[in-house]
Amino acid sequence: MFRRKAFSLLKTMPLKSGASNFASKFIHPVIAFHGHGCHRTSVDYRQAQDSPGSARGQTITAPQTKVMAEEELPGVLILGVGGTHGVLEDLAALLKKHFRLITMTEFLENKREISKKIQSIFVFECRPTIDRKLLESLPNLKVIGNSGVGVDHLDLKMIANFGVKVTNTPHAVADSTADIGMALMLASARRLVEGCQIAVSPDTKYFAVDWLGVEVTRSTLGIIGMGNIGYKVAQRARAFHMRILYHNRKQRRKEEEEAVGAHYCEKIEDLLQQSDFVMLVVNLTPETHKLIGKKELGLMKPTATLINISRGAVIDQDALAEALQNKVVRAAALDVTYPEPLPRDHPLLKLNNIIITPHIGTATVQALRMMAEEAIANMLAVLNGQPIPSEVFPK
Amino acid sequence: MWYHKPVVNEELLQSLPNLKIVASSGVGIDHLDLKLLSGYGVKASNTPFIVSSDTADLAMALMLASSRRLVEGYQMAVSPDTEYFPADWLGDAVSGATLGIIGMGSIGYKVAERAKAFEMKILYHNRNRRNKEEESAVGAVYCEKIHHLLQQSDFVLLSVNLMPATHKLIGKRELELMKPTATLINVSRGLVVDQDALVEALQNKVIKAAALDVTYPEPLPRDHPLLKLKNVIITPHMGTATKKTRLLMMENMIKSIQAGLMGLPIPHEVL
Repeated sequence: MFRRKAFSLLKTMPLKSGASNFASKFIHPVIAFHGHGCHRTSVDYRQAQDSPGSARGQTITAPQTKVMAEEELPGVLILGVGGTHGVLEDLAALLKKHFRLITMTEFLENKREISKKIQSIFVFECRPTIDRKLLESLPNLKVIGNSGVGVDHLDLKMIANFGVKVTNTPHAVADSTADIGMALMLASARRLVEGCQIAVSPDTKYFAVDWLGVEVTRSTLGIIGMGNIGYKVAQRARAFHMRILYHNRKQRRKEEEEAVGAHYCEKIEDLLQQSDFVMLVVNLTPETHKLIGKKELGLMKPTATLINISRGAVIDQDALAEALQNKVVRAAALDVTYPEPLPRDHPLLKLNNIIITPHIGTATVQALRMMAEEAIANMLAVLNGQPIPSEVFPK
Repeated sequence: MWYHKPVVNEELLQSLPNLKIVASSGVGIDHLDLKLLSGYGVKASNTPFIVSSDTADLAMALMLASSRRLVEGYQMAVSPDTEYFPADWLGDAVSGATLGIIGMGSIGYKVAERAKAFEMKILYHNRNRRNKEEESAVGAVYCEKIHHLLQQSDFVLLSVNLMPATHKLIGKRELELMKPTATLINVSRGLVVDQDALVEALQNKVIKAAALDVTYPEPLPRDHPLLKLKNVIITPHMGTATKKTRLLMMENMIKSIQAGLMGLPIPHEVL
C-alpha cells in the first residue's frame, strides 16, 4: 500500500520515542548503496539503480572526485545542533553517518585549519546565512544542500560564481506541505479555531445554532502553482469531490489532469473569479512576487478563502489586510508571511477572519527526516561526481 | 425539532392531541424516546445522508488540526510574546499514517474516501462487514475485533451512532489498547466515550491526544478537566454547521412533515 518515497537511508535511526517510522521503509537505490559504506569508491549511478544494495560493480571515478578514506569523511558545515534554530539532534546523527559535522562555532574558532575541510553546507531553516564572506572563506566548498524546497533565501547567482552547486529537497516536502494546505482550508472553512475558542471559553453557556461555516465538499478549489505540492493538494481535494481549477506556467499532461479532474486556467483571472478556495503553491521568484494584490483579491468571490503555503511575499500583505477588513474576500489562512514572525502590531494579527500558522508546512518528525535524507543524498551525489537528483540553477 | 429542542416528553405529548410527526434535524436520534412517541401514535423522522459529507469533512479537519498542532500553532503565530518560531516545534504526519474507523456507515465511509487520498492505511470495525467492492474502493481492511484496530491505529475515529451497545464503547481498557502515540477523534456522540477515563488517559499520556466535536453534556461545565488539557481540541458540535447543509436538512424535514401530515410514507422515518 505505501508508495515508494524518496531518499530513505538504509539504517533506521531511532526517532523520538513513539514517532512512527514508516518513512524509513523506503530505500532509494542511491542511498541503499551509500548506506553500505560507499566512502572508498565512487559509484556508477546507473548500476546502483538497477541493483539496489548489490556489489560495487564497475567503478567510475570522475576526475574531480576525491576518493575518501574512511577516517576522513567530507566536512559539512551547519549552524549548530539543538536549541531553537539548530539542526535537530536526530538529523545531526543522520549527517554524522556520512559527514564530519562542523558547527559554525567550531569553524569560527579555528578558521585556518577547518575551512579547507568544509566541502558542503547543510542549510536548515535558512541557516547558516550564505554570504560572500562565508563563501570566500571556504576554498573547498562544493555544494550547499538546502533542507526544504524553497531557495529564495539563497543568492543563486553569487553562489554559482564561486563554482558551488545548490540542491534542494522537492520530494521530501510534498506530502506534509499538501497536508497543511488541506488542514488550513478545512480549518478556515469550518471555523475550527474560532470553534475551539468557543468550546473552551469561560463565558460559553450554550452553543449557538446559527453559528455556521462554509462547505468544502463539492466546492471549487483553484490551485495556483501545480508543481509537486500543488498536484498532491489536487489529489487530496479530489476525494472531497471538489471541482479543481489550476493555473501554472505550463499546462500539465492530459493524463495528469484527468487523474485529479483538474481544469487548466490559462488566465489567472478565470481561476480567481470561479474559486471558493484559492490556494497558492508557487515558489517565490521575481515573477510571483506580490502575485496576489489588490486587483487579484478584487477578482475573487466575496465568499472565497485565500490559502498560502508558498512564501509570504507572494501576497501583497497590505492589500490582503484591507481586503479582509472590507470583506472583499471572506477569509485567509496563511502558513507563511513576510516576515516570519510578523511584527506583533501587524494588522493581519488583529483580524478575526484569518488563521496564521508559524510556517509548519514541513514541521513533522517524518518530513524533517526525509528532508535530511534527501539533502544528504544530493550532497553526496555532488561530492561523488554523480548525477545530482535535485540541483537548483540560477535563472 | 432543531438541535434536540424542544424536548419531547410525556407532558408535551399529552398536551398535543393532533400531533402527527416529530421531525428531528441531523441523523442522531439518541435524544428521542421512540417508545414513548409510538405509544402516542406519533411518527419520527431524521435527516441521514445529507449530513455525511460535512461531518466527514470535519472529521478530517479535526485529524489534521490535531496532528499538525494547528490550534497551538495559531496561538504561537499571533501571541504578543512570540519573538521567533522555534525549529524544534513539530507535529506528526497524517499522510501515510494508519486510520482506524469505528463505525463504517455513511459518514465513516466518506471519511475513508478522503483519508485514502492522503495515502492512509485504513482499518475499520463495524457491526457488519462492508462488501468487497466497497472495501477495495477505499482500501479498507476489516477488523472483526475492535482491539486489533485499536492496537494498530495512529488515529482512531468514532463515527457510530449512540445506542446501548455503543454507550461508553471507548473506556479505560480501549484507551490502553491504543498506541501511546495515537489520537482519538470523536464525531459521534459524547457518551460513546467514557469521559473520565479519557481525561485520565490524556493526563497520563496513555494516548497522545484527542479531538472531539461532541461531548457530554454540550457544552461541558466550565470547570471540566477536558477544557484544561493541552492535548485536546474541542469544537462546539459543528459537524453539520454549514449554510448549505442546514438548508438541505430543513428541506428534508419539511418533506417528512408534509408526508406525515398527509398520511403518506415518510422519507427517513425512524422506527
